[in-house]
Amino acid sequence: MPETFEPYVVGFLCNWCGYAGADLAGTSRIQYPPNLRAIRLMCSGRVDPTFILTALKRGADGVLVVGCHPGDCHYINGNLRTERRIVFLKKMLSDLGLDYRRVRLEWISAGEGEKFATVVKEFVEEIRELGPNPIEGNANET
Amino acid sequence: MSTLENSWRRSDLKSEPKVGVYICHCGTNIAGVIDVEALRAYTEGLPNVAVAKTYTYMCSEPGQQLIKKDIREKKLNRIIVAACTPSLHEPTFRKVLEEESLSPYLFEMANIREQNTWVHIQTPKEALELAKDQVRIALARAEKLEELHPKEVKIGRNALIIGGGIAGISAALDLANAGFNVHLIEKSPTIGGRMAQLDKTFPTMDCSSCILTPKMVEAGRHPNIKLITYAEVKDVKGYIGNFKVKVLKKPRYVDEKKCTGCDECTKVCPVEVPDEFNAGLSWRKAIYIPFPQAVPPAYVLDDKNCLGLTPLACAKCKEVCEPEAISYDQYPTEINLDVDTIIVASGYEPYNPVFDEEYNYGVYKNVLTALEMERMLNAAGPTSGRIVRPSDLKQPKRIVYVQCVGSRNERRNVYCSRICCMYAAKQARQLKEKHPDMEVYVFYIDVRAFGKGFEEFYEKTCREYGVQFIRGRIAEINEDPETKNLAVKAEDTLLGRPVELEADIVVLSVGITPSQDTKAIQNVLKIPVGADGFFLEAHPKLRPVDTTVDGIFVCGTSAGPKDIPDTVSQARAAASGATALMATGRYLIQPYFATVDEPLCGGCGICVPLCPFNAITLEERLAKINEALCKGCGVCAAACPATAIKANHFTNEQIISQIESALSR
Repeated sequence: MPETFEPYVVGFLCNWCGYAGADLAGTSRIQYPPNLRAIRLMCSGRVDPTFILTALKRGADGVLVVGCHPGDCHYINGNLRTERRIVFLKKMLSDLGLDYRRVRLEWISAGEGEKFATVVKEFVEEIRELGPNPIEGNANET
Repeated sequence: MSTLENSWRRSDLKSEPKVGVYICHCGTNIAGVIDVEALRAYTEGLPNVAVAKTYTYMCSEPGQQLIKKDIREKKLNRIIVAACTPSLHEPTFRKVLEEESLSPYLFEMANIREQNTWVHIQTPKEALELAKDQVRIALARAEKLEELHPKEVKIGRNALIIGGGIAGISAALDLANAGFNVHLIEKSPTIGGRMAQLDKTFPTMDCSSCILTPKMVEAGRHPNIKLITYAEVKDVKGYIGNFKVKVLKKPRYVDEKKCTGCDECTKVCPVEVPDEFNAGLSWRKAIYIPFPQAVPPAYVLDDKNCLGLTPLACAKCKEVCEPEAISYDQYPTEINLDVDTIIVASGYEPYNPVFDEEYNYGVYKNVLTALEMERMLNAAGPTSGRIVRPSDLKQPKRIVYVQCVGSRNERRNVYCSRICCMYAAKQARQLKEKHPDMEVYVFYIDVRAFGKGFEEFYEKTCREYGVQFIRGRIAEINEDPETKNLAVKAEDTLLGRPVELEADIVVLSVGITPSQDTKAIQNVLKIPVGADGFFLEAHPKLRPVDTTVDGIFVCGTSAGPKDIPDTVSQARAAASGATALMATGRYLIQPYFATVDEPLCGGCGICVPLCPFNAITLEERLAKINEALCKGCGVCAAACPATAIKANHFTNEQIISQIESALSR
């Protein structure tokens, strides 16, 4: 692992909780590492596993999906749909030989700015220990 | 279709995207952390960017004019603003596009403030790299954006208000007086809420029920207000202008119209239970009226405590009821309402100090909460306004108040409850008025007398009434097993020396906590709750009573600790928000619904059970989406194996290009 490895993390944040929680971390000026590239979606249930696979294929070192706490979903249960998909996806990643810890699903409410910052911090640290995405390099050509 | 959207220029979106990127300094909020000029130079070099500019405040009028001028002169067909969060200014800039006859959905924001410069203050170099990525990702999305047409919904003139305390009553009266129809739902048998329990209100010393009951009566009699008491909202479906509400009304077993309030039934009822209205300090019967001024002015039979709703068990109340108002054959009824806007005013719960071991509340009889003291001070309360020690009913000589119980405490609630300093001063003053020789001590952390007339009130309480305020927290309280006197140990942190006092009564100034119904209401309405457990406003300063859901407002203590003046202000603000929506009769909703590309649909039906809103049906082996029911979550689009479902404004193409752009560093 090169000493200068900085994890590059792609995040899918739902509009109502994850994204709003990230905004609250901002208004509260809670600092966290600048390793996350966030994409806003209306619901975490919009996250097609293809999105996560595309991100990994293109070299993301980690993918963070953030939805509302169970029961709080703006769309009743979209977050639970994504939870089910990610459980399967993680198993599939392990079968493919990729560490399942590179994909993380978190529930963060619009009021949990502090938690958002902590989650990003911890996830970036975890990815730092896992090292760079091993499928990087040959993937960008395909 | 609205006239506005017809006026959008049918920009030829097949031609090359011509994107204008506008980078906001936001004063020093952004420009103080990253080099905005470097970001601009980088942006200018990206493909399809026709113009890249920076400006001190993009949201200002000159900032908006800058964009308008470029749209006109440079024939831009996509706009990106790199500034704050879209939840703040997306509507502002969409309006700018609209005014230049460009579809407002051809706009994208890069959130380089909340999600960048405010959280990466110490790493400006990395923050700049992140900002570059954010703009590039926004560009990838902007290139794929499509013209969309917002859906216009009609809004009627019916509002639902959840909670009949002073907030709900104030909002209901404002709406009703403006000519709207109001359904006011209250879970207890009467409206009035917590304010009805208070004796006097600070800082004017108004008698609480004297100012509240006229409002209650007005709400009860208003032709435009339909009171539904002893009822709870069970389910809400739909959207602004079209909320379908299910209300469950609990059986009262007393006909509100027939009951004359003669009180014969309570005389014969053999069951006695602690009276909630008197904070448990007195008893009430199983059939009761919560307090004499209750609205509706009818008795209620508490079926949890009644011996049995049958003549075999007791039926004494029914026997004596002359107007034959009592009927045991009542069952919970479901009421269905169609409303256009909703105001949540579900109130608060006083902090329960039973788990704070240092105070031994519930163990020592002479340790009370401030609400219990409030009831005792009330002439209609359990002691008819006499102040007594619960242990021996003797008049106390020395009373100690403990401030910030359940508030401003890492282990309990971090927030300040905002009312306790003032109500403690108010009660202390009332005690001194009743018994000038009584000693009253208040142990505080800080005295927060912030409102209009509060500081003057506090000063007067100290100087003229001789109430002793001592800065310091209570370390422990010990009861003398014989006299039941309380030995209070504390530290005077201003003098830096320990204090020991023997008190007859210790009053805990308990704070405000979220009402127990908050969670249930949140589940039903899908509105967010903050880390403190109170409902979260859409913006703490500029949208203090709006929620993230169009057409739903929150006010009063359900949104955070507040005193009565602030609660009423918020309630009336919420009423004004609902009025603003309902007065126009129409509302445009975001066109983020899903559509089916029929040639691709194989009719597998996977999407049908996944839809949380039952918006998808299978007709002739094709998925059909009801646009009125669809809320645009995109769960179906994520699951469709044939990618036949398109989640508008969040399409696969848009998201995939964002991902690819994020990773093409």
